[in-house]
Amino acid sequence: MTDIGALGGTLHHEEQRLEEQYPGVLGLDLKKRLLGPVLSLLVVAYLTLCFFAFDVPGVMEKARGDMAQLFALDAYAHKVHAKYQFKKANQGFVVSLEGNRRAIYKEQPDWIAQSAGQTSILLGNDGVLRFADDVVTYTHPEYEQAFTFKVGDGVPQFVSGADADWLKVSKTQVNARPSLYTRIWLTKSKVEVHRYFGGWENFWFDFDSGLNGLGVGELMSLAFSSERLDPDVSNIRFMFNEFWMNSEWQHGEVYFALLQTLIMAVVGTLIAGILALPLAFAAAANVNPVKLARTGVRRFFDFLRGVDMLIWSLIFIRAFGLGPLSGIFAIFFTDTGTFGKLFSEAIENADKKQAEGVQATGASPVQKYRFGLFPQILPLFISQMLYYLESNTRSATVIGALGAGGIGLKLIETMRTRQDWENTLYLIFLIIVVVMMMDQLSGWLRRKLIEGQA
Amino acid sequence: MAAHLALAEASRLAEISQAYERVARRRTLYTLSLLGLCVLCIFGGLFVADQANSGGFWAGLDKFFDYPAELFIGAYEEGVIGLFALVLQYFPYLVETVNIALVSTLLAFFLGGALSFVASRNLVSNRLGVAVMRRVMDVFRAFPEIVIALLLVLIFGPSPVAAVIAVTTHTIGALAKQFSEVNENCDLKAAEGIRSVGGNWMEQIRFGILPQVLPNFLSYTLLRLEVNVRASAILGFVGAGGLGAELKMVVDWNYGADILVIIFMLVLSITSIDYLSGWMRQKLIGQTGQV
Repeated sequence: MTDIGALGGTLHHEEQRLEEQYPGVLGLDLKKRLLGPVLSLLVVAYLTLCFFAFDVPGVMEKARGDMAQLFALDAYAHKVHAKYQFKKANQGFVVSLEGNRRAIYKEQPDWIAQSAGQTSILLGNDGVLRFADDVVTYTHPEYEQAFTFKVGDGVPQFVSGADADWLKVSKTQVNARPSLYTRIWLTKSKVEVHRYFGGWENFWFDFDSGLNGLGVGELMSLAFSSERLDPDVSNIRFMFNEFWMNSEWQHGEVYFALLQTLIMAVVGTLIAGILALPLAFAAAANVNPVKLARTGVRRFFDFLRGVDMLIWSLIFIRAFGLGPLSGIFAIFFTDTGTFGKLFSEAIENADKKQAEGVQATGASPVQKYRFGLFPQILPLFISQMLYYLESNTRSATVIGALGAGGIGLKLIETMRTRQDWENTLYLIFLIIVVVMMMDQLSGWLRRKLIEGQA
Repeated sequence: MAAHLALAEASRLAEISQAYERVARRRTLYTLSLLGLCVLCIFGGLFVADQANSGGFWAGLDKFFDYPAELFIGAYEEGVIGLFALVLQYFPYLVETVNIALVSTLLAFFLGGALSFVASRNLVSNRLGVAVMRRVMDVFRAFPEIVIALLLVLIFGPSPVAAVIAVTTHTIGALAKQFSEVNENCDLKAAEGIRSVGGNWMEQIRFGILPQVLPNFLSYTLLRLEVNVRASAILGFVGAGGLGAELKMVVDWNYGADILVIIFMLVLSITSIDYLSGWMRQKLIGQTGQV
């Protein structure tokens, strides 16, 4: 039976023994203990510094929230204008898509009702607007009293109604935006109502195309009907042409641009891989014994890689003009450097026993590398190239936006107009889908080719 | 008897050699058709690209050195002192570009790291949750930085904030994917040990998993830093601040010396960050002996 004191002594002894055997295990030294907190503090300090260096509060204050809202709305909805002009009173309300004169609806929509000199425009959740005898009466569900305006005789007059913050009456016009989806606009010459509706308009066919507005069933029956819409071509061909040549959505051009971007990525990666392969052998220490030549090739790789794709694309756009050819060159110049570096490292890390074995059978130097070294590194080559194929699809979009054409340029063009947001969203969607598809494809091929072999 | 056996062996040998030849022929056929496909891709692609380009390849070939020559002539005219003054003038923008890359990489390291733990199959038992998180990562990763940057420049105006958000978004996806692959390859015994003494999920991750995966995390992050410096330079071109924005301006105005100085500064910083990150990664990974 041991007493407590002896036990404590044993424990103390044991602790000492452990401390001696594994130094630093029981109590970490000060440097190591402080490392975590000090690093975290530094990171926080740096981020705070940058927060103010980038003037985040100022930027947030100046941010155009309305732009973001408008973009978000316009990206999934389309606007319909109903316009009444006093000079053309006999036409009544002309309903058009985004006020486009070439996109006027032939039939009045069901939210505009006409009866005995009065026009009622239903505004969904925003109430009803009535127009009769040069008086506009607007009833909003949240206001008991209706808003009335005298129009047609000079500048519109605000006759009666409550004070609402969405209603702006100026000397020349009345502008009311009861919600994001509705706008009422009165001037000396017109009464105009804008309403937003969900969905992309004219996505399949042009506004004035005979096919616009037909349902899937009708289109199907048309496609297999023997009666030709256009005597020269079959109905399916005609429908495809109408879709492909859609003037607002430009499906034909968009898909060709997408093809150009893919061509840039695939061709650029392939050429880079093919060029980098022999150069990588020349840069590997176990293949090329001449140190000077090796260093030269390595510096060349560094140069190609260091001069970024951005700068290469600038130079090639200058030489070859705007377009995917310049993009291909920019990609393969940069990636020849990257692949060269990766491949030559792989060659140096390869097992030399196999090459020696082949050499022992009396093989020539070329045969030695072909059968002793090449099979070892081939899977790595292919896997790296597939990795970069996916990443280059994204890069091709980026340098496309800088002027190398393809979907990137299309994207920047639609953005510059600042109104075709639905087209922008469509392009972004296509880009994301294509990049994700390339990602899946490259992953699948990698698994098939590399792991399937093993 | 012996002769009979030899004959049988010979026929067996012939069979084997025939089979070998068949396999060899088939492999050659596969290889050749794959190579043919590659050649077809390259030449077909080059042909389409040449058609779509506004200037042709052959017309542009002899003009290839014109632009660099123009730049060097501009730089020569500026003189050494003038060039040095330009370096000083553009240095703050270089700092901004590097800062954009560093801030985005840091933010993405933390956010992507957090995301990776809930997207690893071996750490989370909820299969559906993991699948959803992986799709979220894929979408983040698929966003080319320029798309987000263009949108944000419209909203925020020309500001580095747009670049930071754009680069961070893409990097979160990219890092989270690589991180979760590291997580799935790690040894679970340490986490089990923590659980056996009553540690909750957070503690298992913190003390069981994190010490194992941190070196690899840092290594991937350093690699990303290098990629992000390039990306933030490009984003400047669409108005998101930094050296890229200055480069865009002088390219439009065709100031040879300025262009060359900015290119030189970019290349120098990209190359040095490249070397630095390579050296640090070797240290990190060498320490643990992984990968």
